[in-house]
Amino acid sequence: MSVDKLKRTVLGAIAASFFLVSGAVFAAIGDMPLNLTKGVTETSQRVYDLHMIILYIVTVIGIIVFSVMCWSIFHHRKSKGAVAAQFHHSTTAEIAWTIIPIIILVAMAVPATKTLIFMEQTGDAEMTLKVTGYQWKWKYDYLDEGVTVWSALDQASNEARQRDSGIDPGTVENYLLDVDNPIVLPVNTKIRILTTAADVIHAWWVPALGWKRDAIPGFINDNWTNIKEPGVYRGQCAELCGKDHGFMPIVVRAVSKQEYAAWIEEQKAAALAAADGANREWAKDELLAKGKEVYAANCVSCHQANGNGVEGLFPALNGSAIVNGPAADMINILLNGKNLMPAFKEQLNDADLAAVMTHERNSWDNTAKDIIQPADVKAAR
Amino acid sequence: MSYAAVHDDEHHDHKPTGIGRWLFSTNHKDIGTMYLVFALIMFFIGGAMAMVIRLELFQPGLQYVDPQFFNSMTTVHALVMIFGAVMPAGVGLANWMIPMMVGAPDMAMPRMNNMSFWILPFAFTLLLSTFFMQGGAPAGGWTMYPPLVLQLGDGLPFLIFAVHFLGLSSIMGAINIIATVFNMRAPGMTFMRLPLFVWTWIITAFLLIAAMPVLAGGVTMLLTDRFFGTAFFDAAGGGDPVMFQHVFWFFGHPEVYILVLPSFGIISQIIPTFARKPLFGYASMVYATASIAFLSFFVWAHHMFTVGMPLAGELFFMYATMAIAVPTGVKVFNWTATMWKGSMTFETPMLFSIGVLFMFTLGGFTGLMMGITPVDFQYHDTYFIVAHFHYVLVPGIVFGIVAGVYYWLPKWTGHMYDETLGKWHFWLSTISVNILFFPMHFLGLAGMPRRIPDYNTQFTDWNQIISIGGLAFGLSQLILVWVVIKCIRGGEKATDQVWEGAHGLEFTLPSPPPFHSFTTPPEVTDATAHS
Repeated sequence: MSVDKLKRTVLGAIAASFFLVSGAVFAAIGDMPLNLTKGVTETSQRVYDLHMIILYIVTVIGIIVFSVMCWSIFHHRKSKGAVAAQFHHSTTAEIAWTIIPIIILVAMAVPATKTLIFMEQTGDAEMTLKVTGYQWKWKYDYLDEGVTVWSALDQASNEARQRDSGIDPGTVENYLLDVDNPIVLPVNTKIRILTTAADVIHAWWVPALGWKRDAIPGFINDNWTNIKEPGVYRGQCAELCGKDHGFMPIVVRAVSKQEYAAWIEEQKAAALAAADGANREWAKDELLAKGKEVYAANCVSCHQANGNGVEGLFPALNGSAIVNGPAADMINILLNGKNLMPAFKEQLNDADLAAVMTHERNSWDNTAKDIIQPADVKAAR
Repeated sequence: MSYAAVHDDEHHDHKPTGIGRWLFSTNHKDIGTMYLVFALIMFFIGGAMAMVIRLELFQPGLQYVDPQFFNSMTTVHALVMIFGAVMPAGVGLANWMIPMMVGAPDMAMPRMNNMSFWILPFAFTLLLSTFFMQGGAPAGGWTMYPPLVLQLGDGLPFLIFAVHFLGLSSIMGAINIIATVFNMRAPGMTFMRLPLFVWTWIITAFLLIAAMPVLAGGVTMLLTDRFFGTAFFDAAGGGDPVMFQHVFWFFGHPEVYILVLPSFGIISQIIPTFARKPLFGYASMVYATASIAFLSFFVWAHHMFTVGMPLAGELFFMYATMAIAVPTGVKVFNWTATMWKGSMTFETPMLFSIGVLFMFTLGGFTGLMMGITPVDFQYHDTYFIVAHFHYVLVPGIVFGIVAGVYYWLPKWTGHMYDETLGKWHFWLSTISVNILFFPMHFLGLAGMPRRIPDYNTQFTDWNQIISIGGLAFGLSQLILVWVVIKCIRGGEKATDQVWEGAHGLEFTLPSPPPFHSFTTPPEVTDATAHS
């Protein structure tokens, strides 16, 4: 009796601690990310529903199959005196477990096909956004408005993510999921989104929109979205695109149609002002200040903050013959690119290019120490 | 390599001695041993790279490695594990077991056998030497997608030639297996009496012969794109970068089954032995394996749903992918039915086989989920797929290989292995492998992309749990090494049959078997065959 009692007490204690531990685990997991987002579009909602349906189906199948296995493992064991039966086939059973899965699969294929057809209807869009992937930033062209936005990792994340930066990523808001220039899209509008790339393959993915699609150099992929709720939606590049693949996030700010129209006007005005930069003489300090910003946003990931580059991959600017050589050669490389170095002709305006070159020629151990004016760049285009 | 030196000292076979025995070996057992030892070494090299990945991902921010080196780690980890660990382990088991299982003295082409093994160390020297080159080791993913892969520095031709050599080695191995099984079966060993391990390997060998040349062609086009001015994959020259992905995955999907079918074969040997009951549905197992292999050539594009295919293409590849669930289901049901009403015992090989049964099935479920195209648009290139293929590859395939090693180790060495240590190995591996890979499902669904060296802080907790699981899993594998060494050095004498419920020709030979397995072909009847 006392042995039985002891056994019961021990089992009870084990069971109680099991429930306590699993309770604590579930409480902790409750705060941790677990499932697919429902998102903010009809597509994402449909995809979420489909995901849940399939998850439930495979869970039920799993419970049935695993239960049979477990039953067998616990009951048909030699230590319990089980004697092996010698049957080795059953045509009925084998036909049944071929036909039943086929029926289940067909049942799954029906909603999947409907959703896929829905997702591929890219026609009758009200506006078009062209997304171009670059190593390692995004360019957005609002084709109907003639507005272009360049979007790269924000400064705070970029500083914190450098090795040995000493900055705790926990102190950076939206670490690695924030950009310098978020794009703005109107809600309740069918937007056609074209994806392509300039160098290698990228993939544009905002989970809340319900899909991702590769951005392939030389090809244009056709997608659409229709955002139901205003808000800020974040995503990342999803196709390995080189060294800084993990550092080219996407931020979409969905706003009302009126706010969107106002934002477009702002962008147009800003573009005009920037284009004007080449028409005046800039002071050295002004160029140096702007150049530092441009360098941090566009150059630092390859050529590094100390200008020494990465051996074997990205050449040093510190002490470089080109940076210390004639201005015309340097302008040519920045405009048109060289080997892995992308052409910055389209990415940066005359003032940005002049500023960053001035910054480089005056930084580190470089001896050129001269000024390049935006007008020089404009003339070289 | 030292470990086989002891195990056959009591036979009177003519066998070479010293280093020449290994360098010039034409013996299926010695070559099998070399394959297995090589695979084990590569498993630990690839595992060390995984440890670097998990170390860097233990917390947000970059602490230990640069992003470029991180990408090299993920890329080379995959190449080493697939081509260096899993495939050679499968070939090693085939080398050891197939001649004994079909009643032959050795493989059909022993010199080619030697060459197909000795290519491997050279191929991996080429591959791993890229770490010391300008531009570093391959960092564009094991899938080698252009244009990214073409940005690699001096290492690119080394990567490509390493792949060529690996393909050459695999094709030679495959030809040898086919020739052996087709020509050297003992009298009475008809095709439908072959052990299932032999069946899965014949089918695997045909897959290898069909798929590896496609990969070789694809990477050769990369080579000419980079060095000879062609533009197969460059849109600016009229090419198409997506074409490479089609070529690659036309190899890559059959490759998945090249990896998994031998594991299916192994557990089809082990489960009947320890259930003391014949394999359920032998014929349907053979047909299901063949159907899986056949279908595997029609589903490649499900690896690249997001490249933007026409609707009809997406639908075709979705339906074809779902269809593979049917023969795979048949196999799982047959294994379950084999255990049903058996008289089971749970020695280490059986434990690992049951592990395969449960966890491969789990990986199969997520595979089905990703076959559903519209949902795959969310899952693709996230940790969800990382979870899926690691479930299939580690507890699905590596566990199968480990099960095979425990199952046949007493036959190879003549000694029983340490059962207690084996059980520790199984339980520690099973617990840690789930801590390692299960949370990856959550990370993927929550939106963490794969192949990133750093992540948003919301993903920290799961990543820490995963890294701890990874370390535990890696350390647990050292038990295997200890068990194998201990077993070679001594232990309880193994009987010829080794396991109470074991059937098949390999268990009619002494343990350890003679240097030349069957010098006189045995007569095979239904009673002595596996099925």
